[in-house]
Amino acid sequence: MSSLALATRGLDKRFGSLVVANDVTIELPQGERYALIGPNGAGKTTLINLVTGMLKPDRGRVFLGADEVTSLAPAERVQRGLVRTFQLNTLFPRLSALEAVTLAVCERRGCAGVWWRNLPFYGEAIEEAHAILVSLRLAASCYRPTAELAYGQQRLLEIALALATRPKVLLLDEPAAGVPQAESTELFSVIADLSRAITVLFIEHDVNVVFRFARRIIVMVGGRILVEGTPREIATDRRVRETYLGGAEHA
Amino acid sequence: MGAEPASEPQRYFDHRIRWRPLELAFWFATLLPFWLTPTYLVLASQIAITGLFALSLDLILGYAGIVSLGHAAYFGFGSYTAGLIAKWGWGEPLSGLLIAAAAAGVLGYVTSFIIARFRHLALIMITLGFGLLLAEAANSASWLTGGADGLQGVRMWRLLGIFPFDLYGYAAYSYALAVLVLAFLLARRLINSPFGLALRGIRERAVRMPAIGASSVAHIRMVYTIAATMAGIAGGLLAQTTETVSLETLGFQRSADVLVMLILGGAGRLYGGIIGAIIYLIARDQFSGINPQYWYFWIGLLLIAVVMFLPNGILGGLARLVPPRWSRA
Repeated sequence: MSSLALATRGLDKRFGSLVVANDVTIELPQGERYALIGPNGAGKTTLINLVTGMLKPDRGRVFLGADEVTSLAPAERVQRGLVRTFQLNTLFPRLSALEAVTLAVCERRGCAGVWWRNLPFYGEAIEEAHAILVSLRLAASCYRPTAELAYGQQRLLEIALALATRPKVLLLDEPAAGVPQAESTELFSVIADLSRAITVLFIEHDVNVVFRFARRIIVMVGGRILVEGTPREIATDRRVRETYLGGAEHA
Repeated sequence: MGAEPASEPQRYFDHRIRWRPLELAFWFATLLPFWLTPTYLVLASQIAITGLFALSLDLILGYAGIVSLGHAAYFGFGSYTAGLIAKWGWGEPLSGLLIAAAAAGVLGYVTSFIIARFRHLALIMITLGFGLLLAEAANSASWLTGGADGLQGVRMWRLLGIFPFDLYGYAAYSYALAVLVLAFLLARRLINSPFGLALRGIRERAVRMPAIGASSVAHIRMVYTIAATMAGIAGGLLAQTTETVSLETLGFQRSADVLVMLILGGAGRLYGGIIGAIIYLIARDQFSGINPQYWYFWIGLLLIAVVMFLPNGILGGLARLVPPRWSRA
């Protein structure tokens, strides 16, 4: 139990008569790489919203490590290491990449409320932000406004912002959405290279990517967890083939 | 530490906060009215005061994206505070101004709890409503404020115990300009601080801020309190230099005017409010001499033209001519 990085217990959420989460219980062991898959409308993004506090569950609890975080605000969960990225770029268009990541580092270090000192006073925060951008191969364009970056670079910046918060658990909502196949593999190899201290769960539609980069897979259908297992188990699971993998081929 | 060459990211941020020659030239030019237009020093002090007021609005609107149509509430509150202190027998300008600043700051802090919870149209309506509410309260409390007749009997002592507030505005402009410079230095520091970066983050994408662990609400409360304090200082200056306070200091017209000035000059540009105040007040002085009734016709025209063709204001338009892009050494 103590080796779990993230756990939910019986999360329920409905919008009117539409059930988007139905008794969702997941357990992510420390350092694991999880993929969350399922057809459109299965409730994958909703689950991330529930776990990160952007939606309030009707019932159920969320644990980060040994601590319950169900009643914490999203920013407080981030400060404790429960961090997400967004499917659609949710970046700061007129901040340069370096400014954006420096901002995230400052928020984590607790200096973002300081208005009486110039930013260059915090050289360590700036260097840390730059190092994150270097590690994601964004160094060459880190002085340009975010809005001018190539789309693939913006997807990497999403991850850079998340890393700047020093996450323990990182929830990636379709990190490669809209990125061409070749770049998407590169992007996922960046994710695969992340420190083992970070537990990762990602939503992804490309089955090849999922089977290549996930150690374990959770399949969601209609707001429920259908099955959870290793890629091999998932690939041979009859229910998964019927409800998801089979359907995806027709789509 | 001094001998160690700064890294490239460090130099990038150093470069962003560096004083530009044009800035120094601008502040030097603010001294010119003493010699070039000594008969216009009263107008110059009005411009400095209004520029300070616009600067305070820029902190919340231009940097944090908080649109306010009731910013005069803090200006007027500072104005009445400074005026009443002098009327009640304490005419020392500097301490009076500090008290006015504190009073407006407290009012700003209290209201910031409501402000920080709303955005967009709701925020415009709340600030508008709050401004109207305070103006009407001041109107009905005529035993205190003098109501529509304005606050009479404000007598200021000499500035620093030496300089009397004269009819020509020498002391008034010197005083207003000195306070403006100090407030500007403070605002400039704030904009170049980590907090300033966080404010720009809120303006650019407020919904992302919680996802990087930021408490936008705390940031907004802080900047709103600082902006209210600064507006109160501007209001206090007006009361002290004119030795009267009218209901107009709290009025909707003043809130709208300062918004127009900031948009004209360029919001989010630090100098936008001051440039806007200079253009607006000089134009009003000139146009209203020609045809006082139709003055707002020209302002309306100018506003439409600027918003259509220079969406980032006059300063934003000028900045496009000389892109200050940092080039890697």
